[in-house]
Amino acid sequence: MLTIILILLPLALSLITLSLKKEKEIRYFVLTGALIEFGLAVAAFVQYKTSCHCQLLFRADWLASMGVSLKFGMDGISMLLVMLTTFLLPVIIMASFSHSYERPSAFYSLILLMEMALVGVFTAFDGLMFYIFWEMALIPAYFICAVWGGNDRIRITLKFFIYTFTGSLFMLGALIYLYSRTPMPHSFDFQWLYLVALTPTEQLWIFLAFFLAFAVKIPIFPFHTWQPDTYAEAPAAGSMLLAGIMLKMGIYGMIRWMIPICHQALQQWGTFAMILAVTGIVYASLIAIRQKDMKRLVAYSSIAHVGLIAAGVFALTIHSMQGAMIQMISHGINIVGLFLVIDLIEQRTKTRNIADLGGIALKAPRLAVFFMVILLGSIALPLTNGFVGEFLLLLGIFEHSVVFSAIGGLTIIFSAVYMLWMYQRTMLGTTNQLTGQIADLTWTEMATLIPLVIMIFWIGLFPGLFLDVALPDVLQILNFAK
Amino acid sequence: MTTIISITVLGVLILFLGILKKQKWLLPVILAGLVVSMALTIMDWNTFRSYNNGMLIVDNVSVAFSTVLIFSTFLIFSLAAQYYRGVQRPLDDIYGVMIFALVGAVMMTSYGNLIMLFLGIETLSIALYVLAGSHKEAITSNEATLKYFLLGSFLSGFLLFGIALIYGSTGSFDLQKISLFVASCSGTYPPMFLAGLFLLIIGLAFKIAIVPFHFWAPDVYEGTPTLLTAFMATVVKTASIVAMFRFFTHTFLGIHGVWETTIWVMAAFTILLGNLTGVYQPNLKRMLAYSSISHSGYMLLAVVAFSPMSNNALLLYTISYSIATITAFGILILIREAHGNDFFTSMNGMAKSNPLEAFCLTVAMLSLTGIPPLAGFMAKYYLFTTALEKGLVWLVIVAITGSAVSVVYYFKPIVAMYLKDPTGVQLKVETPYKIHLLFMTLMVIIIGILPFFLIGLL
Repeated sequence: MLTIILILLPLALSLITLSLKKEKEIRYFVLTGALIEFGLAVAAFVQYKTSCHCQLLFRADWLASMGVSLKFGMDGISMLLVMLTTFLLPVIIMASFSHSYERPSAFYSLILLMEMALVGVFTAFDGLMFYIFWEMALIPAYFICAVWGGNDRIRITLKFFIYTFTGSLFMLGALIYLYSRTPMPHSFDFQWLYLVALTPTEQLWIFLAFFLAFAVKIPIFPFHTWQPDTYAEAPAAGSMLLAGIMLKMGIYGMIRWMIPICHQALQQWGTFAMILAVTGIVYASLIAIRQKDMKRLVAYSSIAHVGLIAAGVFALTIHSMQGAMIQMISHGINIVGLFLVIDLIEQRTKTRNIADLGGIALKAPRLAVFFMVILLGSIALPLTNGFVGEFLLLLGIFEHSVVFSAIGGLTIIFSAVYMLWMYQRTMLGTTNQLTGQIADLTWTEMATLIPLVIMIFWIGLFPGLFLDVALPDVLQILNFAK
Repeated sequence: MTTIISITVLGVLILFLGILKKQKWLLPVILAGLVVSMALTIMDWNTFRSYNNGMLIVDNVSVAFSTVLIFSTFLIFSLAAQYYRGVQRPLDDIYGVMIFALVGAVMMTSYGNLIMLFLGIETLSIALYVLAGSHKEAITSNEATLKYFLLGSFLSGFLLFGIALIYGSTGSFDLQKISLFVASCSGTYPPMFLAGLFLLIIGLAFKIAIVPFHFWAPDVYEGTPTLLTAFMATVVKTASIVAMFRFFTHTFLGIHGVWETTIWVMAAFTILLGNLTGVYQPNLKRMLAYSSISHSGYMLLAVVAFSPMSNNALLLYTISYSIATITAFGILILIREAHGNDFFTSMNGMAKSNPLEAFCLTVAMLSLTGIPPLAGFMAKYYLFTTALEKGLVWLVIVAITGSAVSVVYYFKPIVAMYLKDPTGVQLKVETPYKIHLLFMTLMVIIIGILPFFLIGLL
């Protein structure tokens, strides 16, 4: 029951938000709603017993004659991602408070709608439901980025939409094909779809269709071209939603769908996918070094980081999979933090251009400290969350192939290069006209950043809790691949 | 049968009201009459009767699709008050002819005999030739009617010739007897019969606007008065595709090896060409014309799949397509009224000046694209499932690619309305019209979320 409440609550809140008029009312209402949602997710987390079964199951008939049911539940993998979503949403909402957007009711309503779709994707245990929520997440994302975005938003967001929509359509085709291969009467239930016996050729085609959908969403090189532009032009909340949560849908899809269903194809052709993922790491890192715009730099760094996560998934070892799980959470927290700090700097100086900044640490020491912590998490310094994930990932990939691990490991070095260099050029040195009068963080901004910093250290120091939750389910998924 | 009689009576009644100069009564009587005939149609559910020696067959398929046709007409007539707001001339002739066209459309869904099919098509077409030119002062309307009439009557010749050839080889117009003949041929068919079949396909493909017989559609749609374009794009298309569907899945099922590939190729090209050309259209009306072409391609998927699921797939598809398209035309009427044209630039910033109308058009466009949880998604999903069950993998891939392309043009109005600076023109909309638009939008959403009723129907 809790699961379906987690899905319906944001929907209800989103509809109520539309009817509110005053911006202040809307803000408090939405923030309270998101916090209640987080509270419910924590309650679910407390109830959850670590085992490899889908729990908190909600089941109702929807299209019984077609084998589609409203089946929502959570296993460890879902649990972690639902926690991530519901945790980041209040942060993202608070981060938007410092902007006064036009038509705030629509803006916050779309954010909540997005939350509903995301929770739906992560908890759906029915193929068609998964697809419906997957697609439903795209509409609010599109409108948030397109209506409240930067100057070149129209062209860029349309490109984003077409890329992701095309990918998803092929996934829909693959899902329906799988469905038509389940025994009569057909069913979209996960369990049935997992059991479909496919010939190697069929597996390859299904693999390609899934790969297209997920690779666009993540994004994996060479399907990434929509990403830096979209992140750069989106409003702060939009970039955070896309990078922090939405791209996890792709990795989640790979773990939940691709490995169990296309395991043969994955073993046969996984190397090619791995090559793409690893190429993306090096390629995006090199480009990130040369970026002039902070947001674009972070966007490219994101391609590199998620490339490593994807490589970990393709490596199919227990360490790499566990690394991928924990790194999904860490990456979500870190990138939201980075976008938040960049947004704070941009609000104060009206620029994201690295060359125009400098010496911010002198005037705004609190901002500098928070930026440093988040940045260190992102470059995987030991004791921070990034380290746990990337270490496990590299270990797992190493067990699979030394070469890929060596190349993938470059991401740590590269990310230190571009991140620290960015920090040096923006925060250190002498102040200039733009940064001379920069104000330090206010209490609200601190309150937004503190939860992120707490999580960075919590996962970095005591990752056990997060690792254990998903372990049985990850093992079960890996069993399919053997 | 009661359907056809009741609608005909309604048409005559409208003409009488015209003679009596009761212009104010026209629309209420029409809407009430359509509701009555819809009720009469639904009462025929599960009766399975045939009339006049099998000339007309009333079965569940015909009842379901007749209801769709009458309902679509009802929705279109609800737009009429706003569309003809400033018009001084009497409108009974236009309304009357529209209702007679509906009679033809209903005949096309329930024929049991090729003569009846031809009669239905001609009743529909002749009415449409008149309607296309009903805006006498406009040169575009005259152009549309001339183009439609010349090509349409020429293609009716094809159709009639096809029927004659089939009659020549089988000795009957009756669908039952023709299917017996098909069964008795055991694999080898007389060339005359095949020639007749293909002429029949061409004649119907023209009416549905399937590639390569679609060239008339964009020009005619553009020139025809908008209200009647909505009628052409929904009622006429539904009736023609159902007519085609009936004889393929019923009479000519035995020789599917002969026509399958043809329809397959036509479907693929219709989807691709409709969607690709749609991208390059500068205004909403032509865009909707190409959208309607591409959607006829999708509907053909149901024909090619000819499984028991096809009935339902086609029903769901025609309903969701019709409602979304009529909504779009409803907004189009407003835009043309306010701006005098329907270029996408005229819609700039509509979300600020007319949020409700912008929302309705957005939902309609998203539904036509096939975004969950709207009706268009369920329809496409069901259609793809039907086709994949039949193993039409490549056709589904073509259809998927087409859907992906269609995003480009379905998003043009959305981008214009929400992301461009306002033009400063406010659309003047009366409250009943707003309610009607909202009603259709809600239907699109509700059919998407709760499609049970429609899916289990046939």
